[in-house]
Amino acid sequence: MLSKLKLSILIGSFLVLAALPFIAEAVDEPFYIDLMARVMIFSIAAMSLDFILGYGAMISFGHALYIGLGTYAVGILAFYEVTNGWLQLLVCIVGTAFISFILGLISLRTSGIYFIMITFALAQMFYFLGISLEEFGGDDGLPIDERSVFFEGLDMYDPWTMYYLILGTLTVTTFALWRIINSRFGMVVRGSHSNDDRMQAIGFPTFKYRLAAFVIAGVVCGLAGFLLGNLTEFLTPEYMHWFRSGELMIMVMVGGMGTLFGPLYGAFAYIMMEDFLSQFTEYWQFYFGPLLILLVLFAKQGLWGMLPGKEDMSDE
Amino acid sequence: MRRSPFSICSARNDNQLDKARAGHGDLRMTLLLFVEQFLNGMQFGVFLFLISAGLTLVLGIMNVVNLAHGSLYMLGAYFASTFFGLTGSLIVALVLMIPVMLVVGMVIELVVLRTMYERDHMDQVLATFGLILFFNELVRLIWGVDAQPLTLPVWLSGNVEILPDAPYPVYRLVVIGVGMAVAAGLFWMITKTRMGMLIRAGASNRPMVGALGVNIRFLYTMVFGLGAVFAGLAGLMAAPLQSVESGMGEEMLIFAFVVIVIGGIGSIRGALVASIVIGIFETVGRSILPFLMLEIVDSETAQTAGPALASMLVYILMAVILFFKPQGLFPARTG
Repeated sequence: MLSKLKLSILIGSFLVLAALPFIAEAVDEPFYIDLMARVMIFSIAAMSLDFILGYGAMISFGHALYIGLGTYAVGILAFYEVTNGWLQLLVCIVGTAFISFILGLISLRTSGIYFIMITFALAQMFYFLGISLEEFGGDDGLPIDERSVFFEGLDMYDPWTMYYLILGTLTVTTFALWRIINSRFGMVVRGSHSNDDRMQAIGFPTFKYRLAAFVIAGVVCGLAGFLLGNLTEFLTPEYMHWFRSGELMIMVMVGGMGTLFGPLYGAFAYIMMEDFLSQFTEYWQFYFGPLLILLVLFAKQGLWGMLPGKEDMSDE
Repeated sequence: MRRSPFSICSARNDNQLDKARAGHGDLRMTLLLFVEQFLNGMQFGVFLFLISAGLTLVLGIMNVVNLAHGSLYMLGAYFASTFFGLTGSLIVALVLMIPVMLVVGMVIELVVLRTMYERDHMDQVLATFGLILFFNELVRLIWGVDAQPLTLPVWLSGNVEILPDAPYPVYRLVVIGVGMAVAAGLFWMITKTRMGMLIRAGASNRPMVGALGVNIRFLYTMVFGLGAVFAGLAGLMAAPLQSVESGMGEEMLIFAFVVIVIGGIGSIRGALVASIVIGIFETVGRSILPFLMLEIVDSETAQTAGPALASMLVYILMAVILFFKPQGLFPARTG
């Protein structure tokens, strides 16, 4: 369970997020609404990665694939003039569930380094597939002509509506993942992280549990992609590139691996850092690379992990 | 459409393919096309082997995921183009590149990798990801954003007739020859020399080798340097075929991962077999597949689905092999 300090920081953060559009409007910087919308989308994606990485020890190095799949679900249907949001959402969920199921079936047969390399290669396969699909823009990507249409009166083009829709999704997914982690199912996944052989010995078919967790993470990340496609109105294989998967891992690490709420702050910190560094130099990665190595060496516990109070993982 | 990493050969392929299509049913053209594609595949396989040999040794012996191995390939290509530009000789560039890459590899091992041995794989992935970011920007800072030129010297730029009336570039045959020689040398080193024995021993039982008084840390540094030289050699040989630019190593890294996964971590033999298989599968598949699909489906479907399927072919092969052999074809960790 969370310590009082962590709980108040968490509630405080969500309150700030809820108030942010008013503040941004008051100081006449509507740009921040868009920026924070992006941060929240990547928070969802990073959280879903942490769900399998931090709690299930499945070091997936291809998680950005599901962001890409989410944007393709919106983009391809919009391309064929199917803009019904509910239908797009259904396709997004079923599609990401199906693909993560198949990929999980292949990659979860392995572990350790093999698992990292296989998730990496399989995600790249979809990246190259996206590039070879000339119809949907290939390498260059494709503008999405119309955002999803859910119902009369929900104007997806209104930045405030979009913002609160994303905030709502973030809140719901955070709560849902929190419940899952602390459920019996979550305990089994975490148990197989600590000692898979022992879990099997006491009778749990851990492969099925891990596969289910892998699929849940894929679908949640697909939702992030669904929102990203609507926000940026653009579809590109670039979202699936392994570089993006690496970024998601950085967000998880910076926030605190194995702490569900850490990646929310990790995504914020990473996007802000990128924004900040690239103001000074075009070659910001030249400085960020060594900084990342130092972070891995000396700040492994991440932002959330630095807070006093019990670790989320250690309440066994 | 993005072509395979060795786009020059793709251009030739398309040309050949058109010829073959025109003379549909012409057995000789089809045979020629196949032989040429086979050689191209061998050559691509040689590059893959040079890159994955070092990577698989590092993985097998030190149990470290090194994403930055592709950066070594890139650095090799940059050094080659610079040394070639300064001296005008590919041989001198090669001789200069080897010690430089050895030192670069050893420095990377001493400064970054050494701190990562006791860490988990997640840390290794992130730290070496940091190295990639660093090196990709470093080469842009030093050499600029434009691709570096390296044109072949005259004695390498001709063609030979491999079959009557079928010219094939000399350079590509040289690449295949050099790769095979390196593979043979590496096998000799691993199986016959003292260092190779220590490498094999280190792969199967690290603490024991250390306990027997071998300086295991120095061995690691040497192996890493050796891997850097192989990757650099691949970069040097690829430089005239491919544009030398920032980020060129990543595409090869992905293929190298596929090779290692298929071949089995730590196995040089597995790396060689898997490299050649992947090289031929990728090259022949890309050129033959759209052709084969024409026979089965109508041309419009073949034109759309052909390239898409071809780009996934290698990964599908990997998935199939893993389904039957999750530890790769040569699961032994002993080379």
